[in-house]
Amino acid sequence: MTQITITVNGSAEQRDVDPRVLLVHFLRDELALTGTHVGCDTSQCGACTVLIDGVTVKSCTVLAVQADGSAVTTIEGIAVNGEHHPMQTAFWQEHGLQCGFCTPGMILSSIDLLRRNPNPTEEEIRTGLEGNICRCTGYHNIVKAVAAAAKHMADA
Amino acid sequence: MTAPAKPTGPFGASIKRREDPRFITGAGNYTDDIAIPGMSHAAFVRSPHAHAVIRSIDSSRAEALPGVRAVFTGEQLAAAGVNGIPVGWLLPNIKTPHRPALATGRVRHTGEAVAVIIANSPYIARDAADLVKVDYEVLPAVTDTATAHAHETHLHDPEWNNRAFEWSIGDATATDAAFAQAKHVVTQRFLNQRLAAVAMEPRASIARYDKATDELTLWVTSQNPHVHRLIMGAFILGLAEHRFRVIAPDVGGGFGSKIFIYPEEVVVAWASKKLGIPIRWTSTRTEAFLTDAQGRDHVSEAEMALSADGKVLGLRVRTIANLGAYLSLFSPAVPTYLYATLLSGAYNIPAIYCEVHGVFTNTTPVDAYRGAGRPEACYLIERMMSLAAQQLGMSPVDIRRKNFIPADAFPFQTAVALAYDSGNYEPALDLALEKVGYTQLLVEQAEARKKGRYIGIGFSTYIEACSIAPSQVAGALGAQAGLYESAHVRVHPTGSVTVFTGSHSHGQGHETTFAQIVAQELGIPMDSVDVVHGDTGKVQFGMGTYGSRSGALGGSAIYMSLQKIKEKAKKIAAHLLEAAEADIEFEGGKFFVRGSPDRVKQFTDITLAAYLAHNYPAGLEPGLEATSFFDPTNFTFPFGTHIAVVEVERVTGHVSLLKYVAVDDVGNMINPMIVDGMVHGGIAQGIAQALWESVHYDTDGHPLSASLMEYAVPRADQLISFDTGRTVTPSPVNPLGVKGAGETGTIASTPAIANAVVDALSPFGITHLDIPLTPAKLWTAMQSAQGGGN
Repeated sequence: MTQITITVNGSAEQRDVDPRVLLVHFLRDELALTGTHVGCDTSQCGACTVLIDGVTVKSCTVLAVQADGSAVTTIEGIAVNGEHHPMQTAFWQEHGLQCGFCTPGMILSSIDLLRRNPNPTEEEIRTGLEGNICRCTGYHNIVKAVAAAAKHMADA
Repeated sequence: MTAPAKPTGPFGASIKRREDPRFITGAGNYTDDIAIPGMSHAAFVRSPHAHAVIRSIDSSRAEALPGVRAVFTGEQLAAAGVNGIPVGWLLPNIKTPHRPALATGRVRHTGEAVAVIIANSPYIARDAADLVKVDYEVLPAVTDTATAHAHETHLHDPEWNNRAFEWSIGDATATDAAFAQAKHVVTQRFLNQRLAAVAMEPRASIARYDKATDELTLWVTSQNPHVHRLIMGAFILGLAEHRFRVIAPDVGGGFGSKIFIYPEEVVVAWASKKLGIPIRWTSTRTEAFLTDAQGRDHVSEAEMALSADGKVLGLRVRTIANLGAYLSLFSPAVPTYLYATLLSGAYNIPAIYCEVHGVFTNTTPVDAYRGAGRPEACYLIERMMSLAAQQLGMSPVDIRRKNFIPADAFPFQTAVALAYDSGNYEPALDLALEKVGYTQLLVEQAEARKKGRYIGIGFSTYIEACSIAPSQVAGALGAQAGLYESAHVRVHPTGSVTVFTGSHSHGQGHETTFAQIVAQELGIPMDSVDVVHGDTGKVQFGMGTYGSRSGALGGSAIYMSLQKIKEKAKKIAAHLLEAAEADIEFEGGKFFVRGSPDRVKQFTDITLAAYLAHNYPAGLEPGLEATSFFDPTNFTFPFGTHIAVVEVERVTGHVSLLKYVAVDDVGNMINPMIVDGMVHGGIAQGIAQALWESVHYDTDGHPLSASLMEYAVPRADQLISFDTGRTVTPSPVNPLGVKGAGETGTIASTPAIANAVVDALSPFGITHLDIPLTPAKLWTAMQSAQGGGN
């Protein structure tokens, strides 16, 4: 067992973990943050996407011990002053989700996408989200949601 | 209920989904999110071979690993009286092989489970699974759909020759006569490749046995928890239904793959009771590719007879359907009643004959995947129409118009058993042509060809069938279940409402759409309505969600219950208003006496009176709730026109999607925003079949596409935005007039894309290529083409 301290959604969490435990399992099983999902075992689907120190990472590809000392943000931690993040609002408004399973990862990737490119074209949104798979929406409304969030965040 | 031109209430309005706040905040509750104190974890030992005899299993090293609580094999399950997994749809003379939850004696597909580890953590369980030594005698594998029946290796009884069934529909003699008269005959062989459903949430199950109450609870990723309870309880595990509760919480997509009863949930449920501990199992994506029921996998020979002027006279089809190693729950119905009955498409074809051979191979079992038989039929007939147009020198639009079932011919009896409920095909085609700008597009296509650019336009004027019914007919055709849907509507004393529905959403948004029906009918705010589903401990028996049935059946059952409630409420209102029941009107949530709108009672006055029962009609029972089971008289038949515009790059074979127009007629819509969303997702899946996705096995039966690195689920940058439109032809077979929208996109889009690609390649003299139309396939075809692209 190895002792680690990770700040998750603003709260410092100190735990003893098996060094082989993946970050996603640490979040889900140890901290009961089940909004981060596991959709594959080859880092393709992006359902497990979280932010480590503000940058998207597929948490199925990171050991919990590798995140020691860093700040992790999950879907449970992106609300702004208790209100939905504009990206959450946009996904809801534009019907950018159906079964909801890819949604947390998709929203976190979209937030990072706008951080890097606040005013993306449709093509840039599509390319920016190619690391996250959605099987329900055909991406149509996800792309609309990201564009709507970009507009909203630019206007704000 | 007729279609309102402009929705005036919640029904027909694009209302934001009520389930979304939990999903966008990570508060959804999927099966793997549930943790029970003291829970153990299961991992399965799986066959690395497609076909082998199990000589022996040595689990001693696994059992010795600290943290391992038990190891079970198929022999132990059999000795404990666990039955095999049954088949839920039987055809005449069908062969139904025994399918144990853990293999005994022989394994028949790669990934088949041979043992289970129960351990304190999932990591230990996986470690232990690797320590189980299974001694296999490897056998030759049968993998090819077309030749399975002639293979010298047999999966099951040698007398079966790897055939599960031989089945036919239609009039062979009349079809022969049609061909005898034909001026033109179009023939084509089609491969409809095997697909994987790939719902983003992998399957999972948790079982907990309560010794005190003798109740077993199973949380499982299921589209139909009551079907799970019935089949697992009554047929496999021998559990009484009142002591067996099945809960399907939030389900992360299904597309059919979560209808069926799988070995893992059987094992987890049995082991939990045996050991007296809660147990969870969650599939990895690799396991999903090895064990989730897959879709399609047909080889078909089709012949179409036409008159000199392009009227279709007859259609003859012979299909071999690969069912995999065993018969998954509803697998016999998919390539028969859900396929061949749709071969008439949107056309008046006087004579059709189709025979279907179902074969076993050493591959993952095949069952319903989004569309389930209808995409295979639609692909075949829509490709044949375009081939015929090409062969006869007709426009793909003209040949379709010429053969459409006319609007005044409904209900229309086809040559393959079905009677279409309603339809009006030309307006959908006209709207799609207008949206795509067809006339201009033809000019652009011709201009582009002169410049060596290969643009293609593809049509699919599809039809499909939703909500199989009625139960009596389904039973006569072999269904081992009814195909109705149930609803219980409970009005509480203060006027809020809980709906218990037998449908079960796995992304469809029923918590929103069903509340819209209630809000519309009772004139109350949607916030006053809750929808409960997915729990056999709360909901009356229901059949679940698949086959685009929930709006038409689940929604109609709710509507029926609401009528019963309104009827009873009118009696109470009449009593309170001292008026005759016949004079009571109900509108906008108020009961009033006709002609005297000031003599009025609010809905909540009535609901409270129903439960107080103080000042109350004589002889009327207190309370205000109603149960209904809706079993319609017929299927519904959505239809429409999809047009795809693609460009094939000469030097790479890459296909670019330029435009995609979908005009669908799904009858009345409860929530057009949700319909649009389902259409988008369906189109994406159908395009993926046309261009990218394919499950591959090598000749030894090893899967070559068992991860998302090999299996080509499309990503955002491979697709475009879709242009959707609608015509509305209400269904006459249910009170809501809805038809079903969950599968239209998948059914319609594959042939639209394939037709577009073939059209793009027509300058090369290419008339057909099998899907998926990958760059390598297109490049090779262009390289070897005689026409040279001119």
